[in-house]
Amino acid sequence: MKFRTTRWAAVAAATVLTLAACGDAGSDSSESGEYDVVENPEFPEGSRMAELAEQGTITIGVKYDQPGIGFRGAGQDAPTGIDPEVGKIIAAELGIAADDIEWVETISDNREPFLQNGTVDLVIASYSITDERRELVGQAGPYYVTGQDLLVAADDDSINGPDDLEGKRVCSVRGSTSIATVEEEYGATPAGFDTYSECNDQLLNGSVDAVTTDGAILLGYAAENPDELRVVGEPFSEERYGIGYSPDAPEMCEFLNETLEQAFSDGRFEQAFDLTLGQSGNEVPEAPELDACPS
Amino acid sequence: MEGLAANADLIVRGFWETLKLLAASGALALVLGTLVGIARVSPIGIMRSSAALWVTTFRNVPLLILLFFTYYALPPIGIDFGFFVMVTMAMGLYTSAFVAEAIRSGINGVGVGQAEAARSIGMPFSLTMSQVVLPQAFRLVVPPMASVFIALTKNTSLAAGFGIAEATFRLSGSLRDFPGDRVVLFLGIAVGYIIIVETISLGATLLERRWRVA
Repeated sequence: MKFRTTRWAAVAAATVLTLAACGDAGSDSSESGEYDVVENPEFPEGSRMAELAEQGTITIGVKYDQPGIGFRGAGQDAPTGIDPEVGKIIAAELGIAADDIEWVETISDNREPFLQNGTVDLVIASYSITDERRELVGQAGPYYVTGQDLLVAADDDSINGPDDLEGKRVCSVRGSTSIATVEEEYGATPAGFDTYSECNDQLLNGSVDAVTTDGAILLGYAAENPDELRVVGEPFSEERYGIGYSPDAPEMCEFLNETLEQAFSDGRFEQAFDLTLGQSGNEVPEAPELDACPS
Repeated sequence: MEGLAANADLIVRGFWETLKLLAASGALALVLGTLVGIARVSPIGIMRSSAALWVTTFRNVPLLILLFFTYYALPPIGIDFGFFVMVTMAMGLYTSAFVAEAIRSGINGVGVGQAEAARSIGMPFSLTMSQVVLPQAFRLVVPPMASVFIALTKNTSLAAGFGIAEATFRLSGSLRDFPGDRVVLFLGIAVGYIIIVETISLGATLLERRWRVA
């Protein structure tokens, strides 16, 4: 009888742990900012900007699982992070208040289809600018430049840069550029999961040796568990986050770039950064040079 | 087309991983499932009820939940064998319940007179099963068993989100590099799975023909 009690206790404990693991997708210290909404903005007739300003709402695709970048915790009404903040700045220029933005979760795999079929008006979801993507959708920016880095256990001194990854198990989100880089260029064994928080759990378990993605995202996770995790701090790629817009509305590009320029120069971007990525000790980066719009 | 050609070696490696996963979890499921299936018709009550509990548990819990359980509940209590073994375990246990039920239906399909005849010449349960009933039952279960393994083949794609670089994982990677070749890539990966599944069906047809009563 005693044996059975212990066994059920073990099963019950394991169940609780599973539920706990599923329920806690990490936390986020980001705060939400407010930006002055332009009243009655003027746009060329027939442009997408005019349409959006007219209807008074905009649908923006962001990530929901990257602390500091785009994150929505259980019970949160709206996502927080640098990406949603940039979204609010752009909406404000269109005369749309933050409350009228409709947020949609995008994952790495569905960003292009969502833009192509009009599910979202903009994608601001740690969306690196690449030539392949620009053939399918528009990408304005970049508004933030970061680099791929490594998150490892604090007591693991065997990994100090990408060259130490040969044969190591490295976790990232499947379908991300980061996981391809460590496999193809540094000989790591790729371990794909659906979200970064799952990777983070696997690293804490010791089931993988490192987690890789953009440094900004990793700093958010390291800040949650400063005693157990550390970021290596040797970025080995350049990721330029852009704003995705529909290929049917090329006029959006100039508007997005102008808005970003303004936000860089009048301090709104700095404010957005301080409220989000800045919370885990990142310095406000210099404003990156924007790509020219395709003519 | 370009996307498929450029990633061909990765996709082939992905399918190799898929096949390894299929073979390992298939073997586990076949062995466990056969034992559980026999236990379900055994003369010992406790064996029958534990086997029924086994089937109820693993057949009713969605595979994804089993995987989450294996990955997030076991390591904290010190059970961690690495991704491949963990996935194999979850998929093997899940599929064993379906194998057991197929075996049981095969055993039930063998005329009761066969077992009675075996018992009347003094064979114990183990001999009755291994020499008389099971050889006939296996012949009956080839078609349902093929379905079980076809389902398993497709289920292995869940491992893409659990640290295994199999075919579906390679699909995500290829979509990232060549977002414009979406349709071609989906079709290419689909064809790969169809080849595996068709091989299983073909094997089943051959077995059926070979084991047919003359």
